[in-house]
Amino acid sequence: MTSITKEKKTSLKYRAHELSSNAVQMKILSDNESIGIKAFDRALKEDSLFPLKPTGIDIFQVNVGKMCNQVCKHCHVDAGPDRKEIMTRETMQACLDVLKTSQISTVDLTGGAPEMNPNFRWFVEELSALGKHVIVRCNLTIILAHKKYNDLPEFFKKHKVEVVSSLPYFAARRTDAQRGEGVFEKSIEALKMLNAVGYGTGGDLKLNLVYNPSGAFLPGDQNSLEQEFKTKLKDGWNLTFDQLFAITNLPVSRFLEYLVASENYADYMVELANAYNPTAAAEVMCRNTISVGWDGYLYDCDFNQMLELKVAANSTHISDFKEKELLNRTIVVNQHCYGCTAGAGSSCGGTVV
Amino acid sequence: MSKPYYVDSDLDKFGKIGEWNKELADKFFSYYGDVFAPGALSVREKSLIALAVAHAVQCPYCIDAYTTESLKSGADEEQMMEALHVTAAIRGGASLVHGVQMMNKAKEISM
Repeated sequence: MTSITKEKKTSLKYRAHELSSNAVQMKILSDNESIGIKAFDRALKEDSLFPLKPTGIDIFQVNVGKMCNQVCKHCHVDAGPDRKEIMTRETMQACLDVLKTSQISTVDLTGGAPEMNPNFRWFVEELSALGKHVIVRCNLTIILAHKKYNDLPEFFKKHKVEVVSSLPYFAARRTDAQRGEGVFEKSIEALKMLNAVGYGTGGDLKLNLVYNPSGAFLPGDQNSLEQEFKTKLKDGWNLTFDQLFAITNLPVSRFLEYLVASENYADYMVELANAYNPTAAAEVMCRNTISVGWDGYLYDCDFNQMLELKVAANSTHISDFKEKELLNRTIVVNQHCYGCTAGAGSSCGGTVV
Repeated sequence: MSKPYYVDSDLDKFGKIGEWNKELADKFFSYYGDVFAPGALSVREKSLIALAVAHAVQCPYCIDAYTTESLKSGADEEQMMEALHVTAAIRGGASLVHGVQMMNKAKEISM
């Protein structure tokens, strides 16, 4: 067996792994020929989608930092407790200044564990005061990680935050294999706390779960998986939630590490490329999203952010945000983008077709 | 090293059987697609049945394909292993139930 079976409790960066270098990741991703797949931009060209252009900016996704209490094997952020890069209050203020005068309606907060940023609550309060719909990508276990986080469900409720949480499976084995020992049990406890304050119980407080495969395979049908999750979580723990988002793992950072170490990289990329769906390609989330990094730089999506592929525009920083120019940019693509166009497509909100 | 008889990449060439008889291959793949579409049974249930049958017929391509399909459709390790025990029970049972034939014959020719 390869070393992937051993639990890694540190980030690639901490381990000084060669894949912590974006240049190394890009070298692997850019070589489509040796694995016999079409270049992604060529696939787009054949469907008259190249250059890929935005359709608007409806979602303002902010990565408030790479610090996390978990070290998930598939994490495309390479997040973990050893990562110290977090967004400053000044950069958050710059985001608020942009949002104040913008029509952008949804702000999607991600990390790491976004709640670990000391200015997280202030930022949510300010966003809420601007009348924005706020989404928090909460890893669930953070709620139980320290007593200072125990009231997060109440805090989320107060600001009508939409909670989106990863739960790769409705059983411990596969959840813990991906997210770490004991994560499933803590996730169940956290879900109970969210249900207890009214999240995921059919009202306005939305609790959506994210399913992503625990291995080198694509997610199955989102609706079927949602039904299965609903039945199992209700029967097993009397838990409820709203929607399940089935998300494909993209070959970036620690999931790329897993693919390479397990010798699944080529087969996985071929599977993604074979499942290319032009209808999904037309609906990819980068067409209506802008992604802000912890240091304020702008990207087409969170994956491009982790590969340090900044927006192809003159204004590449939140301090110099030019919405009009960004709306005319060409979205930066590479072979990792096949992850968002395979099958029914994949986005931070699940399938796209 | 001797050349392996089964090569996993050959599974991707399954469609090429149409090169020597397109009409029948088209009919087969059309039928195959319909069989695995969701119906009275879910995709997951069909994948688990296929996984069990794959082990009964010991087809390496089918084992690879329906292990993946079972995982994709949300089946877990416990369900997959239970499906295999169904295979084993039927295969083992099929041998053992012929013990009745053995007993019938033995009784027939014995005093």
